[in-house]
Amino acid sequence: MIARTASRREARVRNAVVIAIALAAINGCKREERRFDAEAPSAPAYAAVAQDTLQPGVPRPDIDVVNSAEKNAYDISEGKRLFEQWNCSGCHSHGGGGMGPPLMDDEWIYGSDPENIVATIVEGRPNGMPSFRARITNQQLWEIAAYVRSMAGLTPKAPSPGRDDDMQYKVDEQRTAAQPPRASASRGTPPKSEKP
Amino acid sequence: MTAQPVPAESAPRDVADESVHARLERVWANKPGLWGWITSVNHKSIALRSIITAFAFFALAGVEAALIRVQLARPENSLIGPDRYNQLFTVHGSTMMFLFAVPVVQSVALYLVPMMIGTRNVAFPRLNAFGYWTYLIGGVLLYVGLFTNTGPDQGWFSYPPLAGPEFSPGKRVDIWAQMITFTEIAAIVAAIEIIATVFKQRAPGMSLNRVPLFVWAMVIMSFMVLVAMPFVATASMMLAMDRLIATQFFNPAEGGDALLWQHLFWFFAHPEVYIIFIPALGMVSSIVATFSRRPVFGYTAMVLSMVSVAFLSFGLWVHHMFATPLPQTGQSFFTAASAMIAIPTGVQIFCWIATIWAGRPRFTTPMLFVVGFIALFTIGGLSGLMIAAVPVDLQLTDTFFLPGHIHYVLLGGMVFPLLGGVFYWFPKITGRMLSESLGKLSFWLLFVGVNLTFFPQLLLGMAGMPRRIYTYSADTGWGPLNMTSSVGAALLALGIIVLVVNIARALASEPNAGADPWGGETLEWAMSSPAPDYNFAYIPIVHGRSALWADTGPLEAVSGLREDRREVLETTMLDAEPDARHEHPDPTITPLLAAIAVGITLIWGIFDPIAFAVGGGLSFFALVAWGWPRREKPNTREIVETPQ
Amino acid sequence: MSAMTWAGSIFDTAGSQAERIARLAWFIITVSTIVYVLVLAATALAVRRARARTARGDLADQAPETERRLTRHVLIATGVSTILLLVYVTVTAQTGRAIAWPMNSTQQPLTVEVTGHQWWWEFRYRDSVPSNWLSTSNELHIPVGRPVRVILLSNDVIHSFWVPELHGKQDAIPGHRNTTWLQADRPGVWKARCAEFCGYQHAKMAFDVVAESPARFNQWYVSQLASASPPTDTSAKRGQDVFVQRTCVMCHTISGTPAGSRVGPELSHLATRPSIAAGSLPNTRENLSRWILNPQLIKPGVHMPPNPLPPSEMNALLDYLETLK
Repeated sequence: MIARTASRREARVRNAVVIAIALAAINGCKREERRFDAEAPSAPAYAAVAQDTLQPGVPRPDIDVVNSAEKNAYDISEGKRLFEQWNCSGCHSHGGGGMGPPLMDDEWIYGSDPENIVATIVEGRPNGMPSFRARITNQQLWEIAAYVRSMAGLTPKAPSPGRDDDMQYKVDEQRTAAQPPRASASRGTPPKSEKP
Repeated sequence: MTAQPVPAESAPRDVADESVHARLERVWANKPGLWGWITSVNHKSIALRSIITAFAFFALAGVEAALIRVQLARPENSLIGPDRYNQLFTVHGSTMMFLFAVPVVQSVALYLVPMMIGTRNVAFPRLNAFGYWTYLIGGVLLYVGLFTNTGPDQGWFSYPPLAGPEFSPGKRVDIWAQMITFTEIAAIVAAIEIIATVFKQRAPGMSLNRVPLFVWAMVIMSFMVLVAMPFVATASMMLAMDRLIATQFFNPAEGGDALLWQHLFWFFAHPEVYIIFIPALGMVSSIVATFSRRPVFGYTAMVLSMVSVAFLSFGLWVHHMFATPLPQTGQSFFTAASAMIAIPTGVQIFCWIATIWAGRPRFTTPMLFVVGFIALFTIGGLSGLMIAAVPVDLQLTDTFFLPGHIHYVLLGGMVFPLLGGVFYWFPKITGRMLSESLGKLSFWLLFVGVNLTFFPQLLLGMAGMPRRIYTYSADTGWGPLNMTSSVGAALLALGIIVLVVNIARALASEPNAGADPWGGETLEWAMSSPAPDYNFAYIPIVHGRSALWADTGPLEAVSGLREDRREVLETTMLDAEPDARHEHPDPTITPLLAAIAVGITLIWGIFDPIAFAVGGGLSFFALVAWGWPRREKPNTREIVETPQ
Repeated sequence: MSAMTWAGSIFDTAGSQAERIARLAWFIITVSTIVYVLVLAATALAVRRARARTARGDLADQAPETERRLTRHVLIATGVSTILLLVYVTVTAQTGRAIAWPMNSTQQPLTVEVTGHQWWWEFRYRDSVPSNWLSTSNELHIPVGRPVRVILLSNDVIHSFWVPELHGKQDAIPGHRNTTWLQADRPGVWKARCAEFCGYQHAKMAFDVVAESPARFNQWYVSQLASASPPTDTSAKRGQDVFVQRTCVMCHTISGTPAGSRVGPELSHLATRPSIAAGSLPNTRENLSRWILNPQLIKPGVHMPPNPLPPSEMNALLDYLETLK
């Protein structure tokens, strides 16, 4: 009798657990994958970004590029590691800016979309931003772009990095309030909402 | 005056009128169906469910271990990559230590201790239920994590900075930290239950010097839990805070220290292994007494040894940190303390050997497991002396010598007595006997399996193989010993399978074990098997250390407890004289609700600190519902001596 | 250089510290075995005596004289255990003291600062003249017969520095400066390893330890201090261009070139090393090619990314790397 009633109860418990797992699986997987292989779909190929919306005839529609690294905790933390180890802080100072513009505010000179940031890193920009073409792999590029957006609070909270083991110079990205990009503050590429 | 053992007995010595049994059954039974199952506040229902849950976790952790052994069987094996492997060994260690070892010994205690001391239920029935649900939620949390690729991967000991926010991105470590909180709440709850029950609800006449050794072991273990568990709960909370709200506890750049974690964690984790081990000593004492047909030799020495081990175990923790930059003189102190704890442990073993020497032993399966325990645990203890010596530890720590050592002491020192206990108490719990031949088969499979799996690991450690590595190259020469170890693991798995088959077959058979199939000396053998929900029809009076061997025939008992309400007898702490009658609560859903509220708080707290405010409020309401008074009458009544 | 084998046992001693530890270990093993045999024998004797009692039909013996005799036996056994443990503690303390200081105090110790990284080792030799400080990676050379003071630091998480042939391990803990001493008493090449779980590639974080005569050590030191020789043939020159114009320059240093990053191991004299990838692979052209093309296939999770170079560039790069002597 013990075995029968025990197994009935266990069946109920098991079903409840299976449902819980299914629900958690949807969200858990994306955040926690460790994609060591660069061929994974997390790294979209770099494509040219138009510098202006002025085009003959009808402008081509803008395509939304999704940087899946922004939902992945490992990728964003790799972006942070690379940002520090490759001395982006030398000009951008952990996001506060210095010789280079701040990255944690709402002003994005060349656009705040992931593909704009990637273009900035690959091509460089006038007056001091170096071009890292062929120096950084595709996956690393998108990881850094994801981290840059996390500095302005534009990535989901759960995968964004916590504090690191250094002197604390700012609030960690996980707790940074979102800074929606300010439309009027950008020159160069017009902000997304104004694109036809 | 010596206590002579009684022969095996099928009729219970707890004799009472049929109508008494029927009334008590009506009052003490669980409500029917699934509702009855989740509202139960009966200690045996909750403890049995907890034991089964713990063994389910044991099986899961065993599968993880099997995968680890398959991966390590051959050099450069590509079955499991480093990320998955790190999750496997972390979850294996965390499951075994937090979700199996401590819960199973506490649950065995919660099942047997009230019966052994002659009372009807544990002191705080609803708290007992709350403890189980909290444990279950914590365990399910860990495994939902593992199955969604969010399983912790930083080692069961979770050292920062690796476990810190910079080097462990995502929520894996946070799931581990909250699992700790759940299981530590459950462990502390169980410890409170055991202490309060043993000190206040013993049968009249069971003064402290007549308390069975098993019960002493459980009480001592419970005190250790109360002192040690808060340390790991605090440490894991500090780690969770570092990760979620940027505190600096373990950040050296801001005044924190990675070594702080190690001290806090090992201050808990060393006593933890004795928390796991001391209950097993209690089980061995019960088995040795019954199957040697005499009480254990040296009762006072046995109790004092267990108390010494408990105290000393809090002074050993730095032996896990010999490779850190702590002063050498200080480290030598911990070598001496680690050596010292071998003395009371040795006394225990010598006393058991003396008991057998002067006894009339029967080598049933439980006794075989006890002899196996002596053979295996001694290897574990002696290998412990190798690593207690600082110079040798500097060579052997963090190599495979350590898994070899720990599995000898854990499997030999806890699992073997536990399995002996399973065979010994299975008739009491289910009313059926396990098969002796299958039992002996699983014993030998497990005994050979432990040696074949873990002795090569002792050798591998001395050969220089580090631990926690997902693979090794062929030119290390470590292949053959690893393959041997993996084959041994297959034997272990086989032994467990035979045990499960044994249990399944027994459960399918007729309940005909009788009240006392072994002729035991403690009170649980006085009632029918399986025991009724109320344990005793009348609370027995105890006349000596071996309660059932002091005389024969029906037990002398006290009368006067109500049979229309749930009532237990409270007695004084030292001499167990009747003191008061205490009314116990009826079955209720509130412990489950409180556990769910706590579960919401802690699980949501992995993602957002607001959870503690909101969840705290929820928990408050749940506790109010729990404590809401249900009857106007006072629930504790003094016992007034009526002149004869 | 073919000595890549992992002898690595704690009994394979090449220094007096490891020697003393091994002796203590043997002492403990011997005494433990004797104690174990005695405990098993006592158990077996107890079983036999008790079985004889059962065969005679006697009850269990609870007579006061038996209790007294057994008490005496248990006290004797406890006393003997205590004495053995006191001896153990004494011998252990003596060994601990003996290995704590350099064995040969007449010589000036060599100081090496070791920094553990995820998942490679950085060595900085601290000479009395700062311009003679040498930085190298994944390979530790030490002179035979001279004490070496090892200062342990960590760049990220806790690692542990372990050369089993010479001494026990010591942890490298971020925020702490840990010190240990080594001394090799004979020449040899050994595979040392990380011994504290440090993440994905803890399993493959080894380094080569080369103990050689003081003369040869000085030779090695001087040659390592020199900048990498500039390439002479066209293929190697093209290889250097590949190195400084592609991903390599972002993480590696080759002295004498514009590549000066300290993120990854230092490569100025790569061609002299017995192994690559933190001791994971023998240093051959084929292994180097596999490693550079996709390190993630050999050490998944390592911080070096894949570098899908076209074959012509890869060959040139390999030619260049082979000139780094």
